[in-house]
Amino acid sequence: MESSVNAVEMKSITKRFPGVLANDAIDFTLRKGEIHALLGENGAGKSTLMNCLTGLYNAEHGAILINGDVMLFRSPRDAIAHGIGMVHQHFMLVPSQSVTENVLLGLDEPRFRLNLSHYDVKIAAMGKQYGLEIDPQAKIWQLSVGEQQRVEIIKILYRGATILILDEPTAVLAPQEIEELFKTLRVMAAEGKSIIFISHKLDEVMTIADRITVLRKGKVTASDVLVSGTNKAELARLMVGRDVLFELEKEQQTPGEIVLAIENLSAQNDKGLAALRGISLHVRAGEIVGLAGVAGNGQSELAEVITGLRRPTAGNVVVHGQSMVGERAAKVAPARVVRRIIDAGVAHIPEDRTHVGTAPNLSITDNLIMKAYREAPIAQGWAINHQKATETAESLRVSYEILAPTVETPARMLSGGNLQRLILAREISSEPKLMIAMQPTRGLDVGAIESVQRMLLAQRKAGAAILLVSEELNELIALSDRIYVIYEGEIMGEMKEAKTEELGLMMTGSRQVDSEKIDQGQRDNN
Amino acid sequence: MDQSKWLGLAVSTGAVVVALILGGVILFLVGGNPVRTYIFMAKASFGSLGVLSDTLTKATPLILTGLACAIAFRMRLWNIGAEGQFFLGAFGASAVVLTPLLGADTSPWIMLPAMMLAGALAGALWGFIPGYLKARFDVNEIISSLMMNYIAIAWNNFFIFAVWSEGGFQMSPQFPRSAWLPRLTNYSQSAPILQGLTTHMGLIIGLVAAVIIWWIVFRSRWGYEIRLIGDNPRAARYAGINIARNTILVMMLSGALAGLAGMSEISGVVHRLQGSISPGYGFTGIIIAWLAKLNPLIIIPVSILFGALILAGREIQPSGIPTLLQGIILVSLIASDFLLRYKIRFTKRTQEA
Repeated sequence: MESSVNAVEMKSITKRFPGVLANDAIDFTLRKGEIHALLGENGAGKSTLMNCLTGLYNAEHGAILINGDVMLFRSPRDAIAHGIGMVHQHFMLVPSQSVTENVLLGLDEPRFRLNLSHYDVKIAAMGKQYGLEIDPQAKIWQLSVGEQQRVEIIKILYRGATILILDEPTAVLAPQEIEELFKTLRVMAAEGKSIIFISHKLDEVMTIADRITVLRKGKVTASDVLVSGTNKAELARLMVGRDVLFELEKEQQTPGEIVLAIENLSAQNDKGLAALRGISLHVRAGEIVGLAGVAGNGQSELAEVITGLRRPTAGNVVVHGQSMVGERAAKVAPARVVRRIIDAGVAHIPEDRTHVGTAPNLSITDNLIMKAYREAPIAQGWAINHQKATETAESLRVSYEILAPTVETPARMLSGGNLQRLILAREISSEPKLMIAMQPTRGLDVGAIESVQRMLLAQRKAGAAILLVSEELNELIALSDRIYVIYEGEIMGEMKEAKTEELGLMMTGSRQVDSEKIDQGQRDNN
Repeated sequence: MDQSKWLGLAVSTGAVVVALILGGVILFLVGGNPVRTYIFMAKASFGSLGVLSDTLTKATPLILTGLACAIAFRMRLWNIGAEGQFFLGAFGASAVVLTPLLGADTSPWIMLPAMMLAGALAGALWGFIPGYLKARFDVNEIISSLMMNYIAIAWNNFFIFAVWSEGGFQMSPQFPRSAWLPRLTNYSQSAPILQGLTTHMGLIIGLVAAVIIWWIVFRSRWGYEIRLIGDNPRAARYAGINIARNTILVMMLSGALAGLAGMSEISGVVHRLQGSISPGYGFTGIIIAWLAKLNPLIIIPVSILFGALILAGREIQPSGIPTLLQGIILVSLIASDFLLRYKIRFTKRTQEA
C-alpha cells in the first residue's frame, strides 16, 4: 500500500436535482488512515456528495478515484465490493433477528447451512478488535441505539470496508455513547481505515477529525482545513456564510403587547425523549421573532405544542393572557385543543406542507376552506355554501397568485411554491393574531421565497405576532426583530442585532456569554 | 368533468370489459359459447319488463349496502361488516312486527317508518361497536367489523330457530300486509302492465338515500370533514377536526344504511325473517362501492349491473359463473387502480461512459 495515494479523490463533482444544484463542482480528498469531517448545514450537499461516492446517485460531471483508480459505482453494492461502506442516519436492521443474522444478511456466504455459532465467534472477535463489543446472539430490538449503530459498523467492516462513511452518527447517541464511538473511530483509523465523518456539530468535529472540508449551498467553502489550524468561530462562519440575499423593506415599528408567551415549556419527541427542556420566550404584536437552530433541536416539537398537536409535559403556552395548553390550561378533550387554538386566532404554516398542510387529492377550494368551513359565510347551517366557497377560493387564488388552471384542481398538482402560497393564503385570510411559520421558504425557488417573505412582513405591519422558525440564517436576520437560538431543546440566547458567527456558535451548542435580556417582556406582563 | 374523473370512469368500464373477456375465456374452456352465454345472461336480466323488474329488486339492497361501504371507505374506514349490519337491520325491523311492538292492524304509514327506523338503528348499533373500538382503542376495524358479521348471523339464527320460529321451521311467521313495502304489482288493477312486477318501495328508499349521501359527502360540512380525514388525516387533525368522533359517526351511518338494506329486503321481498335473506349483499356492497369510485350516484347503475349478474346466475349453468365474474371484476378493478395511481414508462437503462 502506497501511502502517497489518496483513499478517495472526488474531482469536480456536480449533481443537479430539478431546480436545485445540490453539488457544484465539488473537490474532495480523503487520505488513507485519516478521519475527515464533512461539515455543513442541512441541505448543504453533504449527503448528496456521499451518495455520489457510494453509487446511489450518478454525478453529472466529475470523476471519482479510489486508491488512485478511476471508479464508477452503479450501486452501493458495487461500492462495498471496492471497500466503501456507509452507515446511514437511519439504521437498516431487522429488529427481530440477531446481530449475526443481520451482519450476514444479503451475503453469499454461508451458502446453504446456516452455521450461526461459527459466525457468532467471528463477529464477536471482529467487534473486540475495534472496540465494538456486542453480543452476537442478541436480537436487534433488545439493543440500545448506540449498540445498533455498532452493528451497522460491524456490518460494513465484515464486508471488508476500508473506507467508512458515517452520516451524522452522533445525532442519535447519548454523550457517553459518543465517547465510545470516538474511541472506536480512532482505533479504526490507527488500523489504516479511512473515515468520512459527516456532521454539523462543531465541537465534535474539532474533537474527532484530523481534517475538515466545509460545504455550503452545494459548494466547498473550505477544503483540507487542519483542525489544529482553525477554530469554531471560523468554522461557523464558513458553514453558515454571511451574505444577505434580498434587500427587504422592513419598516421600523414599535411592537405592541405580548401575544404569545411560552413559560418553562417541556415536551417529548415521538420516541419519548426530552425534546424541549424548559423553554421560555415571548412574541409581541407587530413583531417577527426568529427561532434559529439546526433542524431537530426541538423546533418542530415547539410548533406542535403551540398549535395543540403535541402535549407538553410541563409549562404553559399562553396566548393573549390565556393558557391554551399546559398546566394552567382549561381542561378540554384532547381532540378539541387544536380547534380551541385555531379559534383563538393562531395560524400555523406547518413544516410539512404536503403531509400536514394540505390534502393532496382535494381541490384547491377544499384546501383553502380548511379553517373557514365552520363559519359563515362558507358554512350555511349544516351545509357548505358551495358557490361562496368557490368565489372565496377564486379571489384568494388571484390575490395570492396561486398558479393553477382552476380552483377545482387537486392540490397535488401544485408546485412547492404554489402550495406554500395556498397555505399562506388560507392562514393569512383568517386574519390571525399569532402566526407560527415553520420553514416557510424551505425548498422554494428564489421568486417564491421573496413572495413568502413579503407576505410575512405584511402580516407584521398588520399587527400580527409572528414566530418564524427557519434554518436559513440570512432569512432570519433579514426578517426578524429579535432572534432566539434553540439547541437540544433549550434556548441558548436571544439577540436583537444578530451576527451570523455568534448565531452559528450558539446553534452548535455554545451558550450566549453576556446574557443580557433584550426584551423584558415576561416580567412586565405577568 | 375534469380529466381525472373521466379517466377513472373509463378505467372502471375497461375493468368490467376485461373481466367479461376473461370470463368468456373461462366459459369457452369449460365448453360453453361465451357470446351466446352473455346474450342469454343479458336477456335473463334485461330482456323483458318482468326480468328488468327482478333485476331492480336485486339491485335495491345492493344500492344501500354499496352506499354503506362507500361512506365508510370515503374516510378510509374499512367497514367489512355491512353483511352483519344488514342482518341486524333485518332483525331490528322484524322485532317491530314480531315482538310485536306494533300490532298487525297498525297502519302501514306508521308500521313501515317504524320498521325503517328500527332497522337503521340496529344496523347503526352494529356499526357503532367497531367504530367505538377503533376510535377509543385503535382496534383494527377490518377485523372487528368482519367478526361482527358472524355474531349478527348467529344472533338472527337464535331468533329464527327459537324465539320467532314458526312451527319449528327455521323462519318466522309471515309479516302482516301492513309490514310489506308496496310493490309495483299492487297497482296492477289500475295499470295492468304492472301485473306481477316485484320491484318494491325499497328502490325509492335506495335512490333517495343515494342522493342524500351524495349531498352529505359533497355539499355538507360533515362530508367535508369526512373527505378531509379520508384524504389526509394529519391535515384534518391540523385543521382541528375531531377524528375519533367522526370515526364513530361514520361507522354508525354506514351501519344504518346497511341496516336499512336489511329492512327493505325482508319487508319488500321475503316478508318474514329467515336465514337465507342475503346472498352476500354486504360483501357485494364492497365491490360496488369500489367500482363506483365511492361516488354515491354512480353506485346506482353499478348496483343494477350487479343485480343483473345475480339474477342471471339463476338462469345459467354452471351457476357459479356470475359469482366468478364478480370476482374477476373486482380483481381487474383493483389491478386497474394501479394504472390510475402510477404511470407506466418504458425506459432504457442509462448507459454509463
